[in-house]
Amino acid sequence: MNNFSYTQAASTKEAATAAQGDKNAAFISGGTSLIDLMKSNIEQHSLLVDLNKLSLLGIENAATGLRIGALERMSDVGENPQVVQNYPVISQALLASASPQLRNMASMGGNLLQRTRCGYFRDTAFPCNKRVPGSGCPAQDGDNRTLAILGGSESCIATHASDLCVALVALDTKLTIENAKGQSRSVLLSDFYKLPGKTPHLENQLQPGDIITAINVPAAAHARKSHYLKVRDRASYAYALVSAAVGLDVQGGTIRSARVALGGVGTVPWRVPAVEKALVGKAPTEENFRAAAALAVRDAAPKEHNKFKVELAQRTIVRALLEVMA
Amino acid sequence: MEPQFSDQPGGFVGKPLVRVEGREKVTGKAKYSAEFALPGLTYGVIATSPIAKGKIQSIDTTAAARELGVIAVLTHQNLPKLAKTPNDAAGKKDTGAPMGFLPLTGDEIFYAAQPVALVVADTLEHATHAATLVKVNYAPQKPIADFHDPKAELFDPEKVQDGKQKGHTKRGEPQAAFASSAIQLTATYTHPVYNHNPMEPGSTTAHWEAPDRLTVYESTQGVTRTQSSLAAMTGMPREQIRVITKYLGGGFGCKGAMWPHTILTVQAAKAVGRPVKLMLTRPQMFTSMGHREDQSQVMKLGASADGKITSLIHTKQSTTSPWDNYAEPNSKIVDLLYASPSFESSYELARANVMTSTFMRAPGEAPGSFAIECSMDDLAARLGVDPIEIRLRNYADHDYGTGQQWSSKSLKQCYARGAELFGWSKRNPKAGATRDGRYLVGMGMASASYPVHNSQGTARARLYADGHAVVQAGATDLGTGTYTVMTQVAADSLGLPIEKVRFELGDTQLPTAPNSGGSVAAGTVSSSVYLACQDVWQKLIKAAVIDKKSPLYRAKPEDVAVEKGRLFLKKDPKKGEPFGELMKRGEITDIEGMAQGKYGSGYEDAAAAKNADATEKDQAGHHSMHSFGAHFCEVRVDMDLGTIRVSKWVSVIGAGRILNAQTARSQIIGGAIFGIGSALMEETIRDPHYSRYTNADLAGYHVPVNADIPNMTVEFVEEHDPYINAMGVKGIGEIAMVGVAAAVANAVFHATGKRLRDLPLTPDKVMMAGLPS
Repeated sequence: MNNFSYTQAASTKEAATAAQGDKNAAFISGGTSLIDLMKSNIEQHSLLVDLNKLSLLGIENAATGLRIGALERMSDVGENPQVVQNYPVISQALLASASPQLRNMASMGGNLLQRTRCGYFRDTAFPCNKRVPGSGCPAQDGDNRTLAILGGSESCIATHASDLCVALVALDTKLTIENAKGQSRSVLLSDFYKLPGKTPHLENQLQPGDIITAINVPAAAHARKSHYLKVRDRASYAYALVSAAVGLDVQGGTIRSARVALGGVGTVPWRVPAVEKALVGKAPTEENFRAAAALAVRDAAPKEHNKFKVELAQRTIVRALLEVMA
Repeated sequence: MEPQFSDQPGGFVGKPLVRVEGREKVTGKAKYSAEFALPGLTYGVIATSPIAKGKIQSIDTTAAARELGVIAVLTHQNLPKLAKTPNDAAGKKDTGAPMGFLPLTGDEIFYAAQPVALVVADTLEHATHAATLVKVNYAPQKPIADFHDPKAELFDPEKVQDGKQKGHTKRGEPQAAFASSAIQLTATYTHPVYNHNPMEPGSTTAHWEAPDRLTVYESTQGVTRTQSSLAAMTGMPREQIRVITKYLGGGFGCKGAMWPHTILTVQAAKAVGRPVKLMLTRPQMFTSMGHREDQSQVMKLGASADGKITSLIHTKQSTTSPWDNYAEPNSKIVDLLYASPSFESSYELARANVMTSTFMRAPGEAPGSFAIECSMDDLAARLGVDPIEIRLRNYADHDYGTGQQWSSKSLKQCYARGAELFGWSKRNPKAGATRDGRYLVGMGMASASYPVHNSQGTARARLYADGHAVVQAGATDLGTGTYTVMTQVAADSLGLPIEKVRFELGDTQLPTAPNSGGSVAAGTVSSSVYLACQDVWQKLIKAAVIDKKSPLYRAKPEDVAVEKGRLFLKKDPKKGEPFGELMKRGEITDIEGMAQGKYGSGYEDAAAAKNADATEKDQAGHHSMHSFGAHFCEVRVDMDLGTIRVSKWVSVIGAGRILNAQTARSQIIGGAIFGIGSALMEETIRDPHYSRYTNADLAGYHVPVNADIPNMTVEFVEEHDPYINAMGVKGIGEIAMVGVAAAVANAVFHATGKRLRDLPLTPDKVMMAGLPS
């Protein structure tokens, strides 16, 4: 970890101004991810601008949707009764993340920006195109068991590690982002993340000085009947091998709308519209679930050690859909 | 024969006493090795090599040296020289080093994360940052990652476990017997690298109190062994070196010998003329203190049509370092467990760019039991016989390997009691046939065993006239209860209440105790404590019989006995007095006893301890000495997703006298969880091209969390073994995990009908095996 300066901002404007003075500045909120990255010398920031004094709080459940302040802690949102009742997939994804201690500290906005757990990215002794553009990607023919089968490129197959984002992209979530000039814009979370392509170091649409201020989830019947299923190597405190966020609106024995997204398999949180489309108009049966789930992995490009994810992703979707119907 | 401890009425030995040091630990007062704040203390941080093979071409330390607070940047170019290094065969033997190479002695790189520099600074933060600024230019070469590497060359090492064990053993005509067996089973069992990962990383605080006086606060399982290694390397007499380990946050074998970071810290302290503290980082723990080697075992089992074993043939291939022939001796337990008329084992090693592997909890017994106990399960399934029944058919009524009788063996009781506690009778004989919703449910079991190795150690007991005592041995408490059980033994032996006895350990200034490893500590140290207390009584009896005012005046010492601190005539128990009266009258403020306790073969036959070969030494007594046990496991396997959860666990162990029912139970639980981790999730992954680990932290290396573990049932079979030591204690640190991986894998087989032999049994392997749906 390098030496760095630290300052606390009282407003988004103050934060943006502070950050603009130093091109190696970073914002810090919970710090559970950033400090790890700095301790491992993966990121080196000369200035940390603390956002925790900003008033980006609140969990507001309205008829139109849910608005979550970016500085809300993961545990507070995961245990919020309104979220549990109206957006179970979000609550379940949050409570399946990390450990209670980390969830108490980590912010919602920060979670959206967490970086991959790929072992080659996490150890500066290895080449890694995401960490050092152009240095190479040993994961392609190395230890790739936990890496992506969807959305990868020759440059990078690192998996996006968040559980929360899988639930949020499934529910058409939009972010409110404020720029350095104090202007707000709204971005669909599924557009927010960038596929690695030849530039895996560019992960999202944030510009210098941008601050995520809120997370907005539209209300929907499929949000109320939703579920998150996470398959992992141990019962708790592990990243997903595969996870699925699903939501169904079933009326009169027919699926009226469906939402399905996958975690652990994509280089970004992986929504599968083809699966959703295949479900709509069908009866919620295991057979129909299975046929639809097969569409999720049509474009899968597995490597030597992650071939199992092609099958496991389908089974995870089916199981999640069965459980949401149970 | 030495006296044997016997239970005292109302005594403490065996009782579930809570840890005597528990309050100190939970209040943070217990000082672990990295918590001694010495005046002028500085902090050392190691910089390591990114490459696994090559040469250092140049090192530029200017940027690091310029950093705030940096006191020294030490490399192979400027580190003070040592009297001896382990880099040659003689040096390795003299230093007792586990690895035949000391980093920072040259410019060659042999393994990834090999230390290349040590930065000393005024704070940990300054040293940590400066270590990243040491610029090293390497000429990299292509490394060999493991024994599977196409460039790796397998060879027969003749001896394994660093030359301590025979590589080849043969009994009878196993090949011919196998070829003519009605049932022939051949299977390959594999597992990856495992790392010990104790909660407390390795740490050293080195303090040169004078140019010829060194004190080291060390995270070690044995202060004496560390002292002896330091003496050889520094060229100083042992008595000028003091090693202290008051508390240890786990070891599991990785702290059993002295690894490079310790001597490097000592050299650094010499170089800067101030005390230096160095604690390994968690990632460094994967490449600094050894590991359990990646390995493949081929197990051939021949049996008659009625399931009696005719032949066992075991071969093992594994990865070792460029210098050492280390392989866990897996074959010993394969030879031991059953009545096989023939047996053969052999080992093959391949050198790769890795550090030397080392003992890790039940070295040899843990992986060896996985092979033989899964094979026994296969044999049972093949014949349609219950897994316990197949083991009883092959029950070894003596040690077939040595021909010796057992000193004691309660394995049949362990099977029976375990089956009863577990509900084994409810097990459906058919595999893959028990369901609960979308879960396949399976029950499996396995036998466990661990040797009573040869060992000895010394203890001192000082009894004060006012009725309190201080008892000492240079032993280690790994966190498992040594402080507590030795206090119990001393209290009973001296007839004192627990709170009047203080037990001290972890210091080379105390009488010499063995390393806490190989399950020897409890039996050896408790015996020496008991005998040291007997020595106190012998001295007091001698004082009594010459004291004119004593009721025992002029009695023969051998006619005097002691019970609950009262000396009395055996023939006339009314005639006697409490020790306090005798001591006060004679103005004896305190009296000290000292004794050596022997453990294992040396207890039966003193000559046994002289043998050089570790196995032969263990076998040189008149009896074959082992603990035995049985583990029972129920798993629930998700038939779609392949996840396995252990849902029920029973361990029943016969290990001689149990010193503390509570700490012993905890130790068995801990060992079983250790084994469940190895069975289901633990794995250090080495990149095949870079020979460097890709998951060297506790996010990537999974050990079980609470949610993975059900409530566990542990029982001990009462066992009295007069042949093994004065306390009749066998030790339980390692048997706790022997057979555990097999019990889990056997339960998975019973649940799914699929035999999985490649650990760990992660969901991908289970799912891809094709489960019944």
